[in-house]
Amino acid sequence: MSFWNDPLKVAADWLMGIFTGWGMPELAANILIGFLGVLILISILMVLDIFLVWVERKVVSRFQDRIGPNRVGPFGLIQPFADIIKLLIKEDTTPGGADRVVYNLAPMLSMMSVLILWAVVPIAPTILGVDINIGVLYIVAAGAIGTLSIIMAGWSSNNKFATIGAFRQVAVMISFEIPMLAMMLIPTILAGSMGTSQIIEQQSVWYFFLSPLGALVFLIAAIAELGRAPFDMAEGESELVSGYNIEYSGMKFGMFYAGELLHAFTFGGFWSIMFFGGYRFFGLEQVSPFLAIAILVFKAFLGYWLIMWVRYTLLRIRIDHMLAFNWKFLTPLAFTLIIVTAFMNALLSGTSTWLYISGMFLSNVLIAWIALEIARSYSRKEREKIQGPKPVVEAAHH
Amino acid sequence: MTPDQIVFLIVALVTLGAGFMVVTTRNLVHAALWLVATLFGVAITYALLNASFLAVVQVVVYIGAIAILFIFAVMLTRKDMRDQGAQLNKNWWFGALLSISTFAGLFFILQGWSGFSKTATAYPSGFDAISELGNELVSPAGYVLPFEVASVLLVAALVGAVYVAFNPRNGDNHK
Repeated sequence: MSFWNDPLKVAADWLMGIFTGWGMPELAANILIGFLGVLILISILMVLDIFLVWVERKVVSRFQDRIGPNRVGPFGLIQPFADIIKLLIKEDTTPGGADRVVYNLAPMLSMMSVLILWAVVPIAPTILGVDINIGVLYIVAAGAIGTLSIIMAGWSSNNKFATIGAFRQVAVMISFEIPMLAMMLIPTILAGSMGTSQIIEQQSVWYFFLSPLGALVFLIAAIAELGRAPFDMAEGESELVSGYNIEYSGMKFGMFYAGELLHAFTFGGFWSIMFFGGYRFFGLEQVSPFLAIAILVFKAFLGYWLIMWVRYTLLRIRIDHMLAFNWKFLTPLAFTLIIVTAFMNALLSGTSTWLYISGMFLSNVLIAWIALEIARSYSRKEREKIQGPKPVVEAAHH
Repeated sequence: MTPDQIVFLIVALVTLGAGFMVVTTRNLVHAALWLVATLFGVAITYALLNASFLAVVQVVVYIGAIAILFIFAVMLTRKDMRDQGAQLNKNWWFGALLSISTFAGLFFILQGWSGFSKTATAYPSGFDAISELGNELVSPAGYVLPFEVASVLLVAALVGAVYVAFNPRNGDNHK
């Protein structure tokens, strides 16, 4: 077993040899090595996060027909580091009447809720934080802490705009959590496990082909959960200035901002793990774990890019439309999809692979078609209520 | 003491301390946040007991839904977050008596229990606690009846909530 085949285990064994050589008991050495692993993973993620600021700014400038940061370093690559220095030396203000402890705790919790997600991300076949069999639920639990951090920030700032922003954002988050959780159950049903690594191992066929509608609904719910446009309720600049983080300055604001970017990237990663095979790509992941990491990062960036594409293309939806869309359309659709997927999975599991794939795919297409027809007839009715019936007779006169 | 015991003692102390803060703090939002800390401590206790599913569900349901609803309710109904009235009413001795007698009763019953001195047996290899739990919940020999009764109760609560929120005078109230 060489470093290139299983880097994590080799490094852990090497460190274990050193630590026990120093006369450290094995238990303490194990705890220390686990701690070091967490530290390294978080450091890499934070450096990646700095890089994501640059990616986001470059991509948005392309969508808006601009050039983006290009002054500091090649392609403006050093720009985010300059930004960080700026954020660090900014004055750290606390509004009068703010609840100091809660106010300072909120950005930490926000960042933490994103970082702890990476405990269950299988980066390569052998590189994984913890292989718990409830990975999917763990993701939702981490999201709950993120929701809490937003409401803490909004309340403790002692600012009306921040409170209203937090209310709206939390209303969106706890509603869209339902279809998101429901759609995470589809890979669970198909793989027969809630663990993220088992979901990847079972995906010899990408679940996107078995449940394209599930992947789409998951993406919509994830974008809402991230609070990005068209669901960026908290940040309605024209009405709320900037939402729940309005009173934060310097690096505390930076924590919210960096947390949001890393969250989007992480959900790109989860989208690829749930529906696009994670680190799997035609057996390439078996060649080297480093190749597997590259594949996962590539797929995660594709998902992230898609989220950015949606964000910078669509306009913000009104909040009552957004909640009605979730409760009256997305949630029933998600539950129908789960029932049908479970039923079809049980019905077709014994048959040939091609029949299984086409049956699953076609059932998804059918549900999507029915759902769109229902939505269309509903919107026609709504439009008639406002504008009166469609002038059909007009054509007959000419 | 084993590391497990040390972790358990720390978690138990933090949970109890946070629970005490819930009932003594004057600021209602702070009370709700201390409640979050208490519930998180309970989740860690579940995790220490190897009940990972319960631990995560505890966080999702209690912190993600119930605590957030508490905070919402407090923020929407109260203008002033500080509770000005007396913290004890004249029935305080009855509550204290009830809680002390409950604690004493549980203490005496559990004192004779042999389970304290035993260490839990490890799961056999390949044992999947979650699929066991899932099978038990839907098997007729297991807990299918309580499970279904709980589901009916939740549906009834959902229908009731819609009924209470629906305003018939307004017709369809999406404008």
